[in-house]
This record gives sequence, structure tokens and C-alpha cells, in this order.
Amino acid sequence: MAEPAVWTRDLTKRFGDFTAVDRVSFEVRAGEIVGYLGPNGSGKTTTIRMLLGLLRPSAGEASVLGYDVRRETERIRARVGYMSQKFALYDELSAWENLTFYAGVYGVKDTAALQRAVDLVGLAQVKDERAAALPIGWRQRLALATAIVHRPTLLILDEPTSGVDPVARRAFWDLIYALADEGVTAFVTTHYMDEAEYCNRVGVMRRGRLLAMDTPTALKRMALPGLAWDVRAEPLLEALEVLEGAPGVLRAGLAGDHLRAITSRGVRASDLRRALRGRGLQVRLVAKVEPTLEDVFLALAAD
Amino acid sequence: MISDRLRSLIRKEFIQIARDPRTLYITFAIPVIQLFLLGYTATTDVRNVPLVVFDQDRSPTSRRLVDAYRAADYFRLAYDVGSEKELRELIDRGDARAGLLIPPDYSERVLEGEQVAVAFVLDGSDPNVASTTLAAAELIGKAHSTDLMVERLMRQGLAEAFDPPLEVRIRVWYNPDMESAFFMVPALIGMILQLLTSMLTATAIVRERERGTIEQLIVTPIRSWELIVGKLTPYVLIAFFDMLEVLVVGTFWFGVPIRGSLGLLLALSALFLTGSLGIGLFISTMAKTQQEAIMLVYFTMLPTIFLSGFFFPLAAMPPVLQAISYLIPLRYFLIIIRSVLLKGVGASSLQQEIIALAIFGLVMMTAAALRFRKRLD
Amino acid sequence: MALIEAENLTKSFGNVLAVDGLSLHVEGGEIYALVGPDGAGKTTTMRLLCGAMEPDQGRVRLAGYDLAREPDRARNELGYLPQRFSLYGELTVLENLRFFAEVRGLPRDQWLPRSKEILEFVGLAEFVDRRAEALSGGMKQKLGLAAALVHHPRVLLLDEPTGGVDPVTRQGFWQLVIRLLRQGVAVVISTPYMDEASRCTRVGFMNAGRLLMEGTPTEIASRLAGRVLAVTGSPWRVLEQIARQDPEVEDVRAFGDRLHLRLRPGSGRRVARRLRRAARRAGADLEGVRAVDPGLADVFLAALEGVPDG
Repeated sequence: MAEPAVWTRDLTKRFGDFTAVDRVSFEVRAGEIVGYLGPNGSGKTTTIRMLLGLLRPSAGEASVLGYDVRRETERIRARVGYMSQKFALYDELSAWENLTFYAGVYGVKDTAALQRAVDLVGLAQVKDERAAALPIGWRQRLALATAIVHRPTLLILDEPTSGVDPVARRAFWDLIYALADEGVTAFVTTHYMDEAEYCNRVGVMRRGRLLAMDTPTALKRMALPGLAWDVRAEPLLEALEVLEGAPGVLRAGLAGDHLRAITSRGVRASDLRRALRGRGLQVRLVAKVEPTLEDVFLALAAD
Repeated sequence: MISDRLRSLIRKEFIQIARDPRTLYITFAIPVIQLFLLGYTATTDVRNVPLVVFDQDRSPTSRRLVDAYRAADYFRLAYDVGSEKELRELIDRGDARAGLLIPPDYSERVLEGEQVAVAFVLDGSDPNVASTTLAAAELIGKAHSTDLMVERLMRQGLAEAFDPPLEVRIRVWYNPDMESAFFMVPALIGMILQLLTSMLTATAIVRERERGTIEQLIVTPIRSWELIVGKLTPYVLIAFFDMLEVLVVGTFWFGVPIRGSLGLLLALSALFLTGSLGIGLFISTMAKTQQEAIMLVYFTMLPTIFLSGFFFPLAAMPPVLQAISYLIPLRYFLIIIRSVLLKGVGASSLQQEIIALAIFGLVMMTAAALRFRKRLD
Repeated sequence: MALIEAENLTKSFGNVLAVDGLSLHVEGGEIYALVGPDGAGKTTTMRLLCGAMEPDQGRVRLAGYDLAREPDRARNELGYLPQRFSLYGELTVLENLRFFAEVRGLPRDQWLPRSKEILEFVGLAEFVDRRAEALSGGMKQKLGLAAALVHHPRVLLLDEPTGGVDPVTRQGFWQLVIRLLRQGVAVVISTPYMDEASRCTRVGFMNAGRLLMEGTPTEIASRLAGRVLAVTGSPWRVLEQIARQDPEVEDVRAFGDRLHLRLRPGSGRRVARRLRRAARRAGADLEGVRAVDPGLADVFLAALEGVPDG
């Protein structure tokens, strides 16, 4: 697997004065599941659209499956499965009709291939229902099925789980893993911080810039400037105020019935206890915890 | 040759159309409703104009004059009044649109062989009606006057020798009874063809954009032209169906003749459609929402209706507007369809119009296809 | 006193029981998260709580006022930020706020000082003359919050407030909510995000119209305490298979660079031992096995599968 499935170098897209994607460089190796994490409007969709030749890059280079995104668009499109944010389904058509339509457009004649897609995503029971009548979890699966009818080697999924509940999301990721087992490379954007944990590697986007790309574990180790803590103290909201002002505390926030703090590396549990007790608060627990990708994101965004 | 991709696209489009029966019904109902409305309301025929008569003579001679007016179905004797004031009031109120004043010495002077002046008053507020009424009133008056003269000569024993030196026989060709429907039905076919095709194609494509499905289609190996042809084909068929519908109703209900070749008509309609489809396609490349597309289609329909000769004769328009009208494809198609239906002429008499439509279709389609890219920016 | 008291709320649409005997109590200073899968009844519950829908059974009291009997008083205590709250893009920030204040019945001499105060609070004071359509996503959200708070409500309902928002912005939004909690406001949010729910003081998990469980995030997570193992190593497909074959592993969840195993209660050490042995036999490299704190999502997924607590 010498050739990466996707690579970009200083890929840039400007709309007038606005730079939607700003000198982004990364690689997706064949067989990987790579996440592209960022809030709405951070440039995720624009990046994907450039990879698919839907938008012309303003600067920089990119290639998908060895083809240039500017010149060899049609070759890329024939080999890539794409699932756009809106789930491109025709509401008046049944699930099966949607599938046969996309199969026809891709020139797939073999109904066995369609059946395979149906079986894989588990659509058999809703095959004849109109797309409009399907709940969002099923629509999402159907959209995935339409994106894989032509057996693409690379899947590009733009916020595939947006608006889908946690249970359906979990099931959807199981499907992605099943496809990965068959050797499919997946490039998935998401704004769910917790969802990025499903990916082999994660790129963090903000305001058009790719801030970092690595495994979730490495990101937590490298990107976070300090330590993450769970703090339980009474009364909670006063404790939050104290923590926000304590020396060494970079960030503190409410985490339900307790507080979460990010501090610089030198800080010890006893420092935090002392600060809280000094203001007459009851301290129940101060424990070092594993940071989340949201902690990572906030740390990267602060630079 | 139809590729599998294209067939897929067309099949999908038909399923979508069939699953939205309400839109389909409306698509088929609108032309017939329009036809009936225009066929009956937009009539420029003048009939049964309410006439008020103030006959101060009240003799058999004067009654013959009134009868002459009544005999033609242009006028309906609505009021017979006893004073000029009453006559004036009735016309002021609009209860009567025309008035006939016969002087007290009418019969006396006619029998004497003198010239008598009879006053005919007309409500000119609707110029269309007024001009036709005026012509009718003059004609009836002159005819009656000729009759009276012949009678007088006969009484003097000169009738044998008398033959009017000139007899003008008016014959109206193509539309002998001057029925508005004859004029309207062909025009309506043209308008419906353009409105429906441009509206349906524009909204069908913009709908894909609104729903985000166009993005998915773009990333498939489908070619631009396949996408265009696939989207357009179903609507061309619908447009033709509508056209036949209007033609059938026009022929059997309104009695519009089909004097020329139906094949020629269909062929030239197809030529005209390329332009309308081009308009729809072009609009679809500009509009972001279906609402915007519909507004743009209406925007193109306004000049089309007013500057094509649909309602108003082009010859009466200011030169600037006449010049603009050469850019309106319906202008040419109206000439074609009226000629083929009513005059039964062949393609050779319509060469100019055919060339104009071909140029328009080619330009519109090329412009739209150039704008219609498989890209989002 | 609980500012939000809902007793035995029931609402059905035709044959579908959308909300089934739901009771909810939220006190001032508390923020309560309603989470659950699509169609669980979250949105219907929110609509019942704000009076946009009438329940078939049950009642809602807001700040002591019965929503059915004294709707005007109850609504006066209520601020509601719908998922797609309606701002008028063509109006400026202040004009929007004035509109919502006047709709809320604030008298002429009060809307302006109150609007300025609330804009100061949400941090939009310097943008009063900007058109709403020109605001960023986060600022629009703050304006929505300002509109919901313009009449000083003591009860605040937020329907999926921070979906897709920049975490930096979300951080700011939560700071505002915390300040409201300090003022004694009772807040209910509905959200599909587990990480959002885990920030709330209490969480209720809904499924099929009913509250399956309720408690502080710590209480809920403790239901699976010691029952989640994180496994790293390679090749992970082999490790996954080994884990699935273990009799005391209930569920295996793949993450990008690790596996999470849910175990039968009290089986942690046994499972870890067996995994190491099996990995050695299969020639796989088991880098690490360690217990991790269960997340809310772990508990909820287990609950949906009908796994008993241990």
C-alpha cells in the first residue's frame, strides 16, 4: 500500500475574502478510517467537495486514489462512494428504487450487488417503503447503501451521523467497521467530539485550518498542555468560581454533578484541594482523569 | 442510443412524477381551464351590444330602421325611451352601450327623398368594443340607406335600369365567423408549451439542488448531457400531452379546424420546445430555490405574452417593442401554429420562422449547457 | 421548591404513545438533561413542559403555577429556546429583542433597559445594531438565549441548544447557563449528545416515551462501575474476536485505536487474565488491558439492550 488513498498539499479554498480552507495538508492511507473533526463552518465540507471535484481549489494540490482532483475528476467519482450531509434520497421513491436508481447511474446492472448492499446495511425489512416515510436512522443506512452500490474503494462521508441518535450512531459505526474489514478506506467528517474516538486517526479542523491529525490517544497525549482533573466540592458553583481563579488552572467547567479542570503540568491534587479549602468549601474528590477530545480541541483552538 | 444511466434517470423521474399525482393533475388540468377561460372571456367579438332607441318619429319607416339594427346580432334592443335625457342617463350608467336617435320628421323626409341625419351615440370607454360597434353601426346604416334608395328608384320605375355600380363583398378567410377561439386556441398551445416546459424543467432541477440530491448525482459518472436529457425528457412528453389535450378540446369543443399537417405541427412544436427547455435549464442554473425559479419563469413569461402577438397585434405596437418582439420565440411559433392550423400552409411558407426558432433553441440550449456544469462553484 | 413539577404526563398521537406517564421535578439551580434516541419522546416532553401541547393526562406546574389553569402566569415564568429558534434576519439584534420583549408583554419603559441588560449578560452589547443574519452561529444562539430570557423567567427550557457549535462557543454558552443557575433558574435541556448530558447536574434517559433512569451523571455511570475494560494492541481484529468469544464479555465496542468491553458484574480480573492467555496463544500483541470509567453512553446502550444493573 505505497500510494495513499488521499493526499493534499496546502489545499486552499477562498470564497471572496473568506478563506474556507486554509493550506491544509494531510494523508489518508489505504485501509484507514480517518476522522475530520470540527464544528459547523470549519471547512470540513469544503475540503470534501474539493476532493470530489465539486469545488475547484483556489490553491494547493490534492489527489484521490492517485488521480488529480482538478484534472481527473470523473475517474475519482467513479471509484469513490460519497454520502453527503443531507442524505441525497428521493422521497417519492422506495428504498429499493433509490438503490436501483443510483446503481443505474453508476452502471451497475447486477442485482446481486444491490442485494449485497441491502444485506450489509440491513435494509431488507424496509426495502419497499418510501424514503420519505423512513426514520432518520434508516435514511442514513439507505444513504450509505446508495453510496456503496458500485463497490468503491474509498468512502467519503460528510457528517453521516448528524442528527442521528446515539444508538443508531453506534450501529452505523459498526457498518463502517464492517466495510473497513473488506478493505474500504473511509474519510468521515463529524462535529461530534466523542464520535471521533471511533477513528484510527483524527484531524482537528477549526476556521479552515487543520490544527492536528493523529490517533485519538496521541492527540490527547501531545496536544493537551497539561493535566485533566475531576473535582467534587460543595457548593459546586462556588467551587467553580474558586477553581477558575486558582493558580495553574487553565480552564474549569461544569461537568454535571462535578467540575472538570485543565491545569498546567506542575499542578498537584493537593494544590487544588488547598485552594478550595482555603475558601471554606467542602472537598470530596480531586482525581486526575483521562482528557477527552473536546479538551484536546479546546487546547488546540487556544493557540 | 440510450445509455443505461440515462434510462435510470428517466425512470426515476417518471416514478417521482407518478408519485406526486396532485402536481400531475394540475399539470393536465391547467391548460384546459385556461383554454375555457380564454376561449370565452378574452373574446374580442362584439355581440348583443345593448342599444337604447329614442324614436321621435314612431312610424313604420322608423321602425324599419330600428329593425335593421336589431336584425344583426351585434345589437340587442334593450330600451325604448321617450326623451334624450333618458337615453343619456342609460348610456352614462353603462346600462346601454349605444343609442339611436331618430328625428321627428324621419319618415316624412325619407318619403320625400331628402337626406335625413340619424344620430348614433356610442360609449367609447372600451375602444375595442367601440371600434367594432362603430363599424357595425355604419355598415348597417349604409345598407339600410341603399335599400331605401333602391325602393325609391323602384317607385319611380327606374329599378330595371338601376344596378349599383359597385358591390363590395367582404369575405373573411381562415376564420370566417371571426371566432376568438380560433385565434386563441393556437396561441394558447404555444403559451402552454413554453410555460409548462420552462417551469417544470427549472423547478425539477432546482428541487434536486434544494434537497441536496444534485450533489450526489454530480459525483456519479453520469455525464452532463445525460443529466440534462434525463431531466428534460419526461417534461417534453408532458408538454406534448398537454398540447394534444388543448388541440383536442379546441377542435371538438370550440371547432378550431386543423387544416395543415399535424405531423408538421408536432415537428415544429418540438423545435419550439428546445428553446423553452433551454430557458428552463438556464433558469435552473441561476435559481437557488424553487420559488426563485418560479419567479424567474414568470419574469420570462411577461414579455412573451405581451410581445408575441398573443393578445395584441404586433403591428400596432411602438417600433421599439416591435423590435424586441423579434427576440421572443413565441412570436414565431404563433405565426407557425396559426398558419398551420387555420391556413393549412406547409413548411415552405414558414421558412423564416423556422430558422428563427432553430437559432433561438440552439443559442438557449448552448448557453444553458455551458452554465450547467458538474460542479458546485 | 421544585420550579418545574410535571406529574404523570401522558400524550399520544393516534395509536402512538409519545409520552407515557412521565414525571419530572427540577429545582432552581439545577440543570436537567433529557437524553434518548430519536423518537423517544424528548421533543414532545419539551412541548408539554412549555405548554405548546396539551397533555392527555397529567399536569405541569411552573414556579408553582399550573400550566393548564393559570397559563398566563405560568408562561410568564418560562423561557423557551426551540431548536430552530426564529430570529428575523432582516432586523437588528436590538429590534429582534424588542420584538420578543413586546410579544412577552414588557411595557414600553422596560423593554429597552431590560434588553440592554440581557445583551450585556450574553455578551452581545456591542452588536446591538448588527442585523441578525450577519451574526455568527454562536452569536445567533446567544441572541436566541437573550430572547428567551428577556422577561426574567425562572424556568428555562432549551431544545438541543448546542448541536454542531464550535466547542469554544459552546464553552461560552455553558458559562452563561452556569450564571443562570447561580441566579436560581431551573433549566431543562433536551440533547442527543452524551457529552452535553454529562455536564448537567441530573440526567434522565428516555426511551419509548418513558424515563428509563434518572440520576446524577456519576450515579448513572456507577451502574456499570468496574464493568468496562479498554483493550489496546494488534491486530485488533484478532483481539476483537478473542474478546467476543469470552463468556463473561457482554459487548465489544470498537473504537479507532482500542476496544471497549462490557463485562458481567465482578468479572474484571478473570476476563483480563483469560484475554492475555488467549492473545498469547493466537500470537496477538495485547498491549494493555485496563478498567475505564464507564460513560453515560455505555450505560444507556446497556439499558436499551435490557442488561440488568450489577
